[in-house]
Amino acid sequence: MKMKGTQVLIECLKAEGVDVMFGYPGGSVIDIYDELYKSKFNHILVRHEQAAVHAADGYARATGKVGVALATSGPGATNTVTGIATANMDSIPIVVFTGQVPTHLIGNDAFQECDITGITRPCSKHNYLVRNPDELANTIHEAFHIARSGRPGPVLVDLPKNVIAAEIDYDPAKIKINATKLSLQPKPSSKKYVQLLEMLRAAKRPMLMTGGGILLGKATDELRAFARRAKLPVTSTLMGLGAFPGSDPLFLGMPGMHGTYFANMAISHCDLLICIGARFDDRVTGKIDTFASNAQIIHIDVDPSSINKNIVVDLPIVSDAKSALENINRLLKDNNYTATEAERKDWLDLIESWKKKAPLSYCQDGKIIKPQCVIETLYEVTKGKAIITTEVGQNQMWAAQFYKYDDPNTFISSGGLGTMGYGFPAALGVKLAFPDRIVVDVAGDGSIQMNIQEMATAMQYNIPVKIVLLNNGYLGMVRQWQELFYEKRYSNTDMTFQPDFLKVAEAYGWEAFRATTPDEIRPVLEKGLFSNRPCLMDFQVAREECVYPMVRPGASISEMTLGTREMTN
Amino acid sequence: MENKKENVISLLVNNKPDVLARVAGTLGGKGYNIETLCVDVTINPDVSKIILTTIGTKATVQKIEAQLARLIDVIKVENLTDVETVKRELALIRMALTADSKSELIRTINKLNCKILTFNSDHCVLEYRGTKCEVDKVLETLKPLGIDDVARTGIAALERKN
Ligand SMILES: Cc1cc2nc3c(=O)[nH]c(=O)nc-3n(C[C@H](O)[C@H](O)[C@H](O)COP(=O)(O)OP(=O)(O)OC[C@H]3O[C@@H](n4cnc5c(N)ncnc54)[C@H](O)[C@@H]3O)c2cc1C
Ligand SMILES: Cc1ncc(C[n+]2csc(CCOP(=O)(O)OP(=O)(O)O)c2C)c(N)n1
Ligand SMILES: [Mg+2]
Repeated sequence: MKMKGTQVLIECLKAEGVDVMFGYPGGSVIDIYDELYKSKFNHILVRHEQAAVHAADGYARATGKVGVALATSGPGATNTVTGIATANMDSIPIVVFTGQVPTHLIGNDAFQECDITGITRPCSKHNYLVRNPDELANTIHEAFHIARSGRPGPVLVDLPKNVIAAEIDYDPAKIKINATKLSLQPKPSSKKYVQLLEMLRAAKRPMLMTGGGILLGKATDELRAFARRAKLPVTSTLMGLGAFPGSDPLFLGMPGMHGTYFANMAISHCDLLICIGARFDDRVTGKIDTFASNAQIIHIDVDPSSINKNIVVDLPIVSDAKSALENINRLLKDNNYTATEAERKDWLDLIESWKKKAPLSYCQDGKIIKPQCVIETLYEVTKGKAIITTEVGQNQMWAAQFYKYDDPNTFISSGGLGTMGYGFPAALGVKLAFPDRIVVDVAGDGSIQMNIQEMATAMQYNIPVKIVLLNNGYLGMVRQWQELFYEKRYSNTDMTFQPDFLKVAEAYGWEAFRATTPDEIRPVLEKGLFSNRPCLMDFQVAREECVYPMVRPGASISEMTLGTREMTN
Repeated sequence: MENKKENVISLLVNNKPDVLARVAGTLGGKGYNIETLCVDVTINPDVSKIILTTIGTKATVQKIEAQLARLIDVIKVENLTDVETVKRELALIRMALTADSKSELIRTINKLNCKILTFNSDHCVLEYRGTKCEVDKVLETLKPLGIDDVARTGIAALERKN
C-alpha cells in the first residue's frame, strides 16, 4: 500500500501499541503533527522537550511498556538529551523521534540542523538516522525492539523531513527486524544454579541485594518466592525499591551512601551475597576493597558488561532475572530446600539487633517541620498506595527512606544520572498510565524550578498530579556536603530568593496549600491529595536538616555517620 | 598490579556509516586508547572487519570487550592476543635522499628486505611488511638515514586454525 512517511510512522506506532506520545512541534516535524491531527493520535503537548522525554520515561517505568517522545530538529532535539541520558543510566525503554533537515542538506549547517545521532551516541542504547524512506518502517520497529529487549534503554530515531514526506510502499507483513543478536536469551548452564544452591546451603549469613533489574525484568513474584523460601534478608538499591515489600520483616531498606545502618552492616557481615539486577554502583559499594569483604558473591545480570565491572564476583550468572529466579525456585523445590527458622535464627537475630540499635530516625520537636515527618505522614495518609516520583537531592533520599514501597514500579526516581527536574514530568507520564492512582512528586525547591513550566501541561490535559514540596530554601544535598566536608561554606546553595510557590501554582490554575508547622502537615496532605485537581503542597521544612545515615565518599559502608553519632563496626 | 600488554581485538560489524564512530567512542569515551586500527569490508559486503590493538590489563580489556559486544552493530568480538594467529602490518616509508646517504641506504634496504616502490634523486618510497615488532625495528634502523614520512596500516590478524 502506498502511503506518506508520516502515515507509516503512525501505523508503526499503533502496531507497537503506543497509546500516548509526548512532544513539541517545529518546522521539521510539522508534517508529523499534521498526521497526528488527522489520525487523532493521543499526543501530549509539553512545555519543554526535556519534559517530554521524562514523561515518556515515567510512563515506561510505571507500565513496563516503551515510552515515546517527539521533538523537532536542532534545539528541539538537543533539549531531549538530558532526558535520553537519564533513561540510559537507569536502563529505561523509550523511543525518541526527532525531526531532521532533508537528507540533501545534512552536513550543510542548514537551519536548525544538528547532528543529534552524534550527540546521543554515547548516551543512548542505540540510534538511527533514517536516510532511505524504504527503511522507515523496519527502523521504527527495530527501535522499539531494541529499547525493550535485553537490558532496556533509550533509542533515538532521527527523521529527515524528506524521508517522512516521501511516498512509501508500506506492507506490515514485510517488516523485518534485523536484530537477531538481541533476541537471543542468555542461557546459563544449569550447573551454575546447582552451585548457587550449594553455596546457599553452606552459608551461615546469606542475603540478597536486588536492584532495578528485578523491576525491568518483571521478576517481583519470583524474587519474593525465593527470598521467603530461603528466608533471606533483602536489601534493595534505590532503583529496585518496591520489588520486595518495604513493610516485610525480611526487608532491610536501601544499602549504600544513604542506606540504612542495618543494610550496610548486613552487607559487611554476610558470608554470601546474592546480587540480582544491580550493578554495584559506587553509591552502593562505598570503598570497593571493603565491600562485602567477608562474603562470597553471586551476581545475576542480563548484561555481561555489568558483571565483574566494579566488583569481582565468585559466581557470575548472565541471565534475565525472571528466568534465573524461576530456575532457582524450581531447583529449591526439586531439592526440597526450605531454610529452617533454626538455621537462620542467629543471623536474623543479629540483624534485628542492628535494626534496634539504629533504626531510621529523626527528631520532630518544636515548631519547625522535619522533612522526614512529611514523608512519613504522606505514607500514612496514602496508606502506602500512592505512586511516588522524586526530584533529586535530599527530598529523593527521604522519599526512599521514609515511605515503604510494597509494590513494584511505585517508586520512580532518576538514580544513575540524578537529574533534577525529572520527577514532575515523570509524574505526568505515570498519572496518564494510572489515572486512578494518587501520583505524587516529592520535590525540592531547587529541582521543581527546573521543569515547573509543566504545570501548564497538567492543566491543559487535566492530569491531576500532586507535588509535595520539601521547601528548605537550599540546594539541600549540596549544602549538606558543604556543611559536612567544607566547613559550612555555603557557596551558591542558598536560594534566598524564592517565588511564592503557591502563587505560581495558582497562576497556572492549580490548587495550592502551605504548611509551616508540624500540626499542619496532615491537614494539608488530606486537603491536597484527594481532590481531582493538580495540587502543590509547600512544606516549609527545617532548613539545615541532613540526610542520615551517611557514608562519607570513599569510606567503607560499615562506617556511617548517624547525625550526632558516629557508628563503626 | 597486573601487567599491561598489547591486545589484538577483532570485530565483525555491520557495514554502516557510523559504526566506526561507535566503536571508537566506546573505547575513547571510557579513556582507552586505540593503538592501531585496520578496517575493511569482508567478503560479505554487509559486514566489515575492524582489527584494533589497545594496551591494558586482562581485566580492563575484558571490560572493553564486553562494552563493544553491547553495541547493536557489533556482530562478534574476538580477542586474538593469545590465539594462534598470523599478524601482519604494512608500512610505507619515504626516505629523503642525499648524495652521501644513497649507497648506504641501498645496502641497508637490501639487508632489511624492503621493497622499493619509487626512487628518484630526492626521495624514495619503500614498502615493508611484517609483524608490528619487525616494522618497529626496520623504522629504527632506517631512522638515522633520514626518514621523511611514514604511513602504517595497523595490524591485520587472522586465526591460523591448524
Ligand atoms: C543523590 C543520590 C544519592 C544516591 N544514593 C544512593 C544510595 O545511598 N543507595 C543506593 O542504592 N542508590 C543510591 N543512588 C542511586 C545510584 O546512583 C544508582 O542509580 C543505583 O544504586 C543503581 O541501582 P542498580 O544497581 O539497581 O542499577 P540499575 O541502574 O537499576 O541497573 C539495573 C541492572 O540490572 C540489569 N538488568 C536489567 N534488566 C535486567 C533483567 N531483565 N534481568 C537481570 N538484570 C537486568 C542491568 O544490566 C543493570 O546492571 C543515589 C542517587 C542519587 C541521585
Ligand atoms: C540538573 C542537575 N543539576 C545539578 C545537580 C546537582 N545537585 C544534586 S542535588 C542538588 C540540590 C537539589 O536541591 P533541591 O531540589 O532543593 O533538593 P534538596 O536537596 O534541597 O531536597 C543539586 C544542585 C543535579 N543533580 N542535577
Ligand atoms: Mg531544597
